[in-house]
Amino acid sequence: MSERRQPPNGHASLPLGQAPCGFRGRIDAITVSQESGGLPVGEIENRLLELGFVEGAHVEILHEGAFARDPIAVRLNNATIALRRREAMAILATADQA
Amino acid sequence: MTTVATTGPATPWHFALVGTPNSGKTALFNALTGSRQKVANYPGVTVERKAGLLLTPAGRSVNLIDLPGTYSLRGRSPDEEITRDVVLGRVASETTPDLVMCVADATNLRLSLRLVIELKRVGRPLMLVLNMFDIAQRRGITIDLERMSAELGIPVVTAVAVRRNGTGDLLRRMDEVADSHLAAPGENTWHPPSASELRAAQREADRIIAAAVSMPSRPDTLTARLDAVLLHPVAGLVVLLALLFVMFQAVFSWAKPLMDVIQAGFDTLGVLAHDALPEGLLQSFIQNGVISGVGSVIVFLPQILILFLFILLLEDLGYMARAAFLMDKIMGSAGLHGRAFIPLLSSFACAIPGIMATRVIDNRRDRLTTILVAPLMTCSARIPVYTLIISAFIPARHVWGFVNLQGLVMFGLYGAGIASALGVSFVAKHFVWREHETPPFMLELPDYKLPRLRSVAMGVYQRAKMFLHRAGTTIFSMMVLIWFLASFPRPPAGATDPAINYSLAAMIGHALEPVLSPVGFNWQINVALIPGMAAREVAVAALGTVYAIEGGKEAAAQIGEALAGKWSLATALAVLVWYIFAPQCASTLAVIKRETGSWKWMVVTFAYMLALAYLASFITFHVAVAMGAG
Repeated sequence: MSERRQPPNGHASLPLGQAPCGFRGRIDAITVSQESGGLPVGEIENRLLELGFVEGAHVEILHEGAFARDPIAVRLNNATIALRRREAMAILATADQA
Repeated sequence: MTTVATTGPATPWHFALVGTPNSGKTALFNALTGSRQKVANYPGVTVERKAGLLLTPAGRSVNLIDLPGTYSLRGRSPDEEITRDVVLGRVASETTPDLVMCVADATNLRLSLRLVIELKRVGRPLMLVLNMFDIAQRRGITIDLERMSAELGIPVVTAVAVRRNGTGDLLRRMDEVADSHLAAPGENTWHPPSASELRAAQREADRIIAAAVSMPSRPDTLTARLDAVLLHPVAGLVVLLALLFVMFQAVFSWAKPLMDVIQAGFDTLGVLAHDALPEGLLQSFIQNGVISGVGSVIVFLPQILILFLFILLLEDLGYMARAAFLMDKIMGSAGLHGRAFIPLLSSFACAIPGIMATRVIDNRRDRLTTILVAPLMTCSARIPVYTLIISAFIPARHVWGFVNLQGLVMFGLYGAGIASALGVSFVAKHFVWREHETPPFMLELPDYKLPRLRSVAMGVYQRAKMFLHRAGTTIFSMMVLIWFLASFPRPPAGATDPAINYSLAAMIGHALEPVLSPVGFNWQINVALIPGMAAREVAVAALGTVYAIEGGKEAAAQIGEALAGKWSLATALAVLVWYIFAPQCASTLAVIKRETGSWKWMVVTFAYMLALAYLASFITFHVAVAMGAG
């Protein structure tokens, strides 16, 4: 399980892999805690970074797959990225204030 | 190597296009080079090398190379390694580019600017090309080009690859840049960026975007509205299935008239050659070896053209990534990539275009798995064999009141093909690739865009050329070999049996008897299997020949009657099951060899399919005999 940390505004951050469709928020951290798909931890982090998942970026889950709600399509600033929930667990985000 | 900065026409410049996937790089390459391009492979790898020639307004000739799309120079796949090595000047066969042109989608700059920041460390002269600038303008995105150029420290130029004259600015700027920048490449300080360097570079890119780009308050709503339907968990799948149905229909039935015309053309040509040449070996070689050999390659061309037309249109529209998104979970459970869906579906028509279509899968391992299982999909060439045997042996009665038994058997054969393909890829994923699992599915879903027909046409043309060139040579030589086996030695004078019964094919058939009799095959079947390697349906005509039935393919009904009298039901079922699995198609094997770039994977495919075929036929035959069908 990924670590949870308390951002300054007092709201707990949530792994994007657990967030429901329609979730909007801002990325607090990219922390890969487990190997996935045979790739080392650092490589998954690098790939997420290369697709633009960096701290401070805005994310919104636009769509999810029909089976097990996986994969998810994430609006990331001005682009849309598809990824599996397993890898999205590494993206910790705080929901926008309603 | 640095080209001396002269403007002499004798020394063409070497420019390279680099860019993230979906930046419209290939469309720009097509617009810049037109038909003056060459597609080949880099030596030793199966990565496509695309290069072309262009002339700048000042009359310079430029060798432009289109490097595989990448998000960074880290080189995570063979394609990306090529991009890295060419940019860094590490490829012996390539000239180090005098100018690197980084292509970016002007509507989506974040990832491209991060790549530019990384590329700057290489020290080569660099230019940023903002492609699709018209779309950005239409959406109300304003970009301060001077500011961006100042912030990045490199020239920034706009382009519209999909519009005529959309590259004029770019061409003029190439001249300017060539005059001023190219003489002095800087020092190369590139090294694979660490996570913190990636973060820093992205932050810098975001800062430059904030300074130089103003986004409209209302973003692209068309893509959002389309995706609300096309990525909907239910509606999205329905649309995808409908689309695939149309595509399958097109490849399967639209191609049919064209294929018939080609087939008839080659048949006529064969007859003409037959009449023009004296009876004998040369006549047989020209008619049955050369003309029908070439014909058997060309006849696939309509299917390949139609399939690639669909694939390239969907790719350029931006739908292909969505199809992968929708299918990822289903395909993933069998160890296949979401993008494997379309190649596998195409394989129902013919495994050859299917295997060629696996090029849409970036990851080599995913692509190999797809290539390995594609021939298990029931291709159209199996249908004549299936219908012949089913109509001869399976009674045309109804079971459970309404289901036609013959149709049920046919359906079962299709089902067995699909199930075995999924099973084999599952086994490959869990037992063969165990140490290196399938990499994670992470994919940009680009905004929808209208494809440019010229670019699509060029892509289709290149696929066709590649197929004829590369597969043609191998397929053709196999056809000649098969002709040779079926024709030599010649029958002795006064022979009464069909000529094939005296040939090497017959000798092989007899030699195979001890091996194949356990699965219920007699020597006549073994002999027919050999010309059947040319194409599965040829086995029907070959059976006719072996049993000395005149009339070739048209005599299917008579052949069926003859078989019904000569084979047991158990043998017939064993032959049906054999054809689900057996690697009975030389062309497919040739294409696998070409597409994987190695004999190894061709041999692997041949061996595993043969093993499955033998095992399954053996079980079928003995179960059928035990149940009294012997």
